[in-house]
Amino acid sequence: MTATFTMTGPTATHTPTAGATVQLSAVVKAFAGHTALNSIDLEVAPGELVALLGPSGCGKTTALRSISGLESIDSGRIVIDGVDVADTPTNKRDIGMVFQAYSLFPHMTVLENVEFGLKMRKVAAARRRERALETLDMVGLTKHQDRFAHQLSGGQQQRVALARALVTRPRVLLLDEPLSALDAKVRVQLREEIRRLQTELGITTVFVTHDQEEALAVADRVAVMRDGRIEQIGTPEELYATPANAFVADFVGLSNRMPAELVDGQVTLHGCSLNLLGDPMPDGPVIALVRPEDIALTADGIAGTVISSSFLGSLRRTRVRLFDDTVVAIQHEVERHPLPGEAVTVRLKGAPVSALPPKVKK
Amino acid sequence: MTANQAVRIGAEPSALTRRLILGIIGAIFLIPVIAMIEFTFRNGLAGDYTTSHWTGLFSEDSARTYRGLYEAIENSLVLAAVTVGIVLVLLLPTMVLVHMQFPRLKRTLEFICIIPITVPAIVLVVGLAPVYSVVVQVLGGSTWTLAFAYGITVLPYAYRAIQGNLDAIPVKTLSEAASTLGAGWLRVLWTILLPNLRRGVLAASFISIAVVLGEFTIASLLNRRNLQTALLQVSQSDPWVAVIFALAALALAFILLLIIGRLGSATPSRRKS
Ligand SMILES: Nc1ncnc2c1ncn2[C@@H]1O[C@H](COP(=O)(O)OP(=O)(O)OP(=O)(O)O)[C@@H](O)[C@H]1O
Ligand SMILES: [Mg+2]
Repeated sequence: MTATFTMTGPTATHTPTAGATVQLSAVVKAFAGHTALNSIDLEVAPGELVALLGPSGCGKTTALRSISGLESIDSGRIVIDGVDVADTPTNKRDIGMVFQAYSLFPHMTVLENVEFGLKMRKVAAARRRERALETLDMVGLTKHQDRFAHQLSGGQQQRVALARALVTRPRVLLLDEPLSALDAKVRVQLREEIRRLQTELGITTVFVTHDQEEALAVADRVAVMRDGRIEQIGTPEELYATPANAFVADFVGLSNRMPAELVDGQVTLHGCSLNLLGDPMPDGPVIALVRPEDIALTADGIAGTVISSSFLGSLRRTRVRLFDDTVVAIQHEVERHPLPGEAVTVRLKGAPVSALPPKVKK
Repeated sequence: MTANQAVRIGAEPSALTRRLILGIIGAIFLIPVIAMIEFTFRNGLAGDYTTSHWTGLFSEDSARTYRGLYEAIENSLVLAAVTVGIVLVLLLPTMVLVHMQFPRLKRTLEFICIIPITVPAIVLVVGLAPVYSVVVQVLGGSTWTLAFAYGITVLPYAYRAIQGNLDAIPVKTLSEAASTLGAGWLRVLWTILLPNLRRGVLAASFISIAVVLGEFTIASLLNRRNLQTALLQVSQSDPWVAVIFALAALALAFILLLIIGRLGSATPSRRKS
């Protein structure tokens, strides 16, 4: 079930390696009988950004907290920079962490917050201030250095939290859904900023998110998790093009669910025979997961009626109700502008697809 | 901040109603105080007034007479200090620890801390008497040992004050953030939690002081001298002086309240600047 790739991300090779290697092997963690981490294997290369992606409750936070030492593990090994950290408490692990909840110290100014990590490392006051200001500058908040957390917006607070975590130049940066409390625009802005800083500083980073778009946008590699296991880990391209199973296919990117028939290991759908991605399945009825860009509006083919069509900048996405009542989203060039109610015909382009067993909804 | 907002959501009484409530409550507090002040100027049971009770305080022979009273005040202050110490050194860390590490024990701790309010002082003394016979053997019979008993009687009040503050700040997130930044648990407690718990800690300290300064039953039954027992004694020979000292105790409590109120608001005013 679990596909493991041991290659490192493409950008990891050309960053200065200030970061450490993080290895998790067979990590197990249970809470009162519920297995939150069910034998996790993960290797993060120096300077690499790996995103942990998965639905709520799949164990992403638990995995991150185990690396930070805020959660003890039941079995398995966590190795940072070649050293097993089982006996190293959180405050000695030399990590930086940004939490989902706002976590700035309310009684300290922005500058004092950022200086805190350096203070703990007994850096002299003048040097401390200088470095804190430098790091605040990186997140563009020098002018707010004397404010308190309650005088900042959510996005600014998370920026300060990021500066606070980065100021010590930690070996590992751990981000637990740092953007989930922010609105869409700030979220996109800040994730680009995180990525830029992380690449510049070459800090090994684990980024937890349940937003697949976010994961695909910032990560060198993405680990898709479900029920305490890693289902697949790979570059965003790999996950999208060759999902190891239907769960990954369904979770990463957009997919149309279309009833189909599995015959001799081939997915048969509206007269097309498509290769099956992922693990083989028994022949019989299945639900095929077809990407919107793998269906085309054509002059002839499967009949359907346009429901709606939306302009997405460089492309257009049109929803079509096929003659058998399945609704599919189709991605096509903007020049073609179908109108709601228009009768159209579509055709599968023939790309391989993933499939779910029938009647399993999500 | 959020507490203020929460209060504002409810319908507010009109300005007149508010003044009325303030007036009535103010009168309830002020009338006895004014009556006490008036009493200290009375000349015996005849209707006329004199300042001799006040001036007499500062004469030389009265200093000798009331030496016992001054001693008792000193005892009470020491008791208050030790009791506050017990609250800060024992109760506070315990509560923080339970809040962060053993949340399942929270109910138990609350229950234990609330018990003293349900036990009449007299019952407490009956239980404490044999304990104190041991305490006297080990630590001697000085008055400060009473603070052990007071530490128990102030538990319910101190617990409430601290717990309210604990619930209002994200203790877990803050201390986890601090520890990822390299702070050990003592540092976390001292530099992160304490400053944010200041309000609750001050409130707990103040209420402990107030309880200790007003305590009579336990001290009296265990035969120790504190402010209240001494006041009773003095009042039997000189009721005016007893009332004067009672007024002084009130004034002291009032000053304490002001100081603590100023300390408590020091952070927000610094924030505004
Ligand atoms: N302290 C805890 N006590 C008991 N169960 C816990 C605890 N922390 C997590 N769990 C359980 O472990 C599982 C994984 O939790 P975790 O917080 O790691 O999920 P997550 O992937 O981060 O989810 P989300 O996206 O909602 O944050 C969940 O089923 C959760 O209920
Ligand atoms: Mg989580």
